[in-house]
Amino acid sequence: MHMIHETRLIFWSHLRANLRNPAWAVIMLMQPLLYLVLFGPLLENLGGAYADGSDPWLVFTPGMVLMIALFGSAFAGFGLVAELRSGVVERQRVTPASRNALLLGRVAKDMTVLVAQAVVLIGIAIAAFGVRPDPLGMVATLALVALVGVAFASASYALALKTRSEDGMASTLNSLTVPLLLLSGILLPMTLAPGWLEALSRINPLSHTVDAVRAMFASRFDTAEVVTGTLVTLAFAVVLGYVGTRTFQRENA
Amino acid sequence: MNQPAPVITARRLARTFQTRTGRVEAVRGIDVDVQTGEIIGLLGPNGAGKTTTVRMLTTLLAPTAGDATIAGHDLRHDPRGVRSRIGYVAQGGSTSDESLVLEEIILQARLFGIGKARAKANATALLPSLDLDGLEHRPCRQLSGGQRRRVDIALGLVHQPHIIFLDEPTSGLDPQSRANLWEHIRKLRTDGVTVVLSTHYLDEADALCDRLLVMDHGTIVADGTPDELKRRISGDIVTVEIDTTAMAGSGDTASSRSDRAASSPESARSTPGTDATVRAARQAVDVRSVLVERNRVHVTVEHGDQAVVPILRALDGAGIAPSALTVKRPSLDDVFLSLTGRSLRDSDENRDRGRAGGMTSEPETGTPAVSHP
Repeated sequence: MHMIHETRLIFWSHLRANLRNPAWAVIMLMQPLLYLVLFGPLLENLGGAYADGSDPWLVFTPGMVLMIALFGSAFAGFGLVAELRSGVVERQRVTPASRNALLLGRVAKDMTVLVAQAVVLIGIAIAAFGVRPDPLGMVATLALVALVGVAFASASYALALKTRSEDGMASTLNSLTVPLLLLSGILLPMTLAPGWLEALSRINPLSHTVDAVRAMFASRFDTAEVVTGTLVTLAFAVVLGYVGTRTFQRENA
Repeated sequence: MNQPAPVITARRLARTFQTRTGRVEAVRGIDVDVQTGEIIGLLGPNGAGKTTTVRMLTTLLAPTAGDATIAGHDLRHDPRGVRSRIGYVAQGGSTSDESLVLEEIILQARLFGIGKARAKANATALLPSLDLDGLEHRPCRQLSGGQRRRVDIALGLVHQPHIIFLDEPTSGLDPQSRANLWEHIRKLRTDGVTVVLSTHYLDEADALCDRLLVMDHGTIVADGTPDELKRRISGDIVTVEIDTTAMAGSGDTASSRSDRAASSPESARSTPGTDATVRAARQAVDVRSVLVERNRVHVTVEHGDQAVVPILRALDGAGIAPSALTVKRPSLDDVFLSLTGRSLRDSDENRDRGRAGGMTSEPETGTPAVSHP
């Protein structure tokens, strides 16, 4: 009960700060938006190879939504490094507030911003490129985006507590996010990959999320992809969320 | 004076850090007792273990050995209980550039479980008392160093704690902001708040603290009021100034306190006036040591204030009319020097790398006792 209240306090405080200075949220939206506008049109002429004859935008847009989920949340820890340095975290640590609340309030804020960014991105895709996603699939996609956000934001905060420096964060994140991106099929479906590469991509939980989101965008709900993708994403969020709270508790001794 | 139960008790509290170069014993088993309503100072050079001690007592750092009870809560077994009773102001500040003053203070209060309305009332009441009114909706990056430091203090006080820990509260502040902050800290004592502050400023420890724990190399090397410490170590210095019109020169004679010999060497002649003064002082009181400097005679005695009248009578009897007579307590730097063999100023120059502010000079604590026209 206390923890929920304290999580809400941290959540609102961070969300207000974000709204006062929305530049970062807009910058994070730029990358997938540029891909959508400057890369997406190339796919229209790829024909059957890319989307198996269906609308390529219906395949590409959910990928971009997940790209925002990955990059937006994986870099969340940078904010925490700044907070650690300014003494804000330590100041909150001497309050009796739950250690989990200090983490979860921040994660909940990141999740909210991500979902808002995803809505903007899908809105632009609908308006500019005539994408017609399944409405229910779209809502379910936002739920999965939120889970991916929980997973990567928690991991990113744990990393921030461990490294306590932007440099340490940047090198670790770069060596993780690029393989995660390439092995997820976010840009091009992994069905194009040779056998070994496709097998490798299956290790990446994000590749299952991408499959599920694409299926739901195209109203294919009763498929194995949706079930597997949802379960894998959920498990991923639980595991990394646990890692994050454990790290927060330990580092806050 | 009645002795209430101590509000902080620490026994054999220790913290060891493991670094690449080996074990570092930051704090080596210290005992601390703090009474309610005291302003207690942890004084020592950087690296003495002050911050580590404060961080242990505020639950931020787990001790590697020892126990402590703070406001009735056990540090090891009930850190949450400890946290609910204390306020803490960190050395390096506690605000981010973008946060808004009032909003941040209210958030802090609410994290202590205080309701929205009361949090706002507390914060709003606190701002004018810390001269922060009018800055409610400013982002912290727009504040001056002194203002931002006072926001830190407000953040540490908004939940009305019984005990507040201030780690180097005036470090890096200009003299005016420091004096201003001292006033605020004294006001806390009036309100019954127990204040534990760490400092490496001698004047701050002297002017502000009821009691000092002098720390060096992770241990407490002395414990007492600033006056007690100074009296115990060095005694007081009574300075007799003799009318110069009657004297031609001056000179250094007995100089047991070489650190105080500030006279120039070119005048080597001792004057009858100063010699007679030394003789008179020795007759009148128990003199520990004497230093003659130009037309001034410094005599070190046990109790300076009690020595003034006998010395004055003796001088009168010897036909010497001093132009001024002052009593000066030894400085805390003298105390630190005698305890550790090092001057606190020297230790600081060696360790104070790039810190804003740096050392401030110690003010003259001398008080003119008698003065002839």
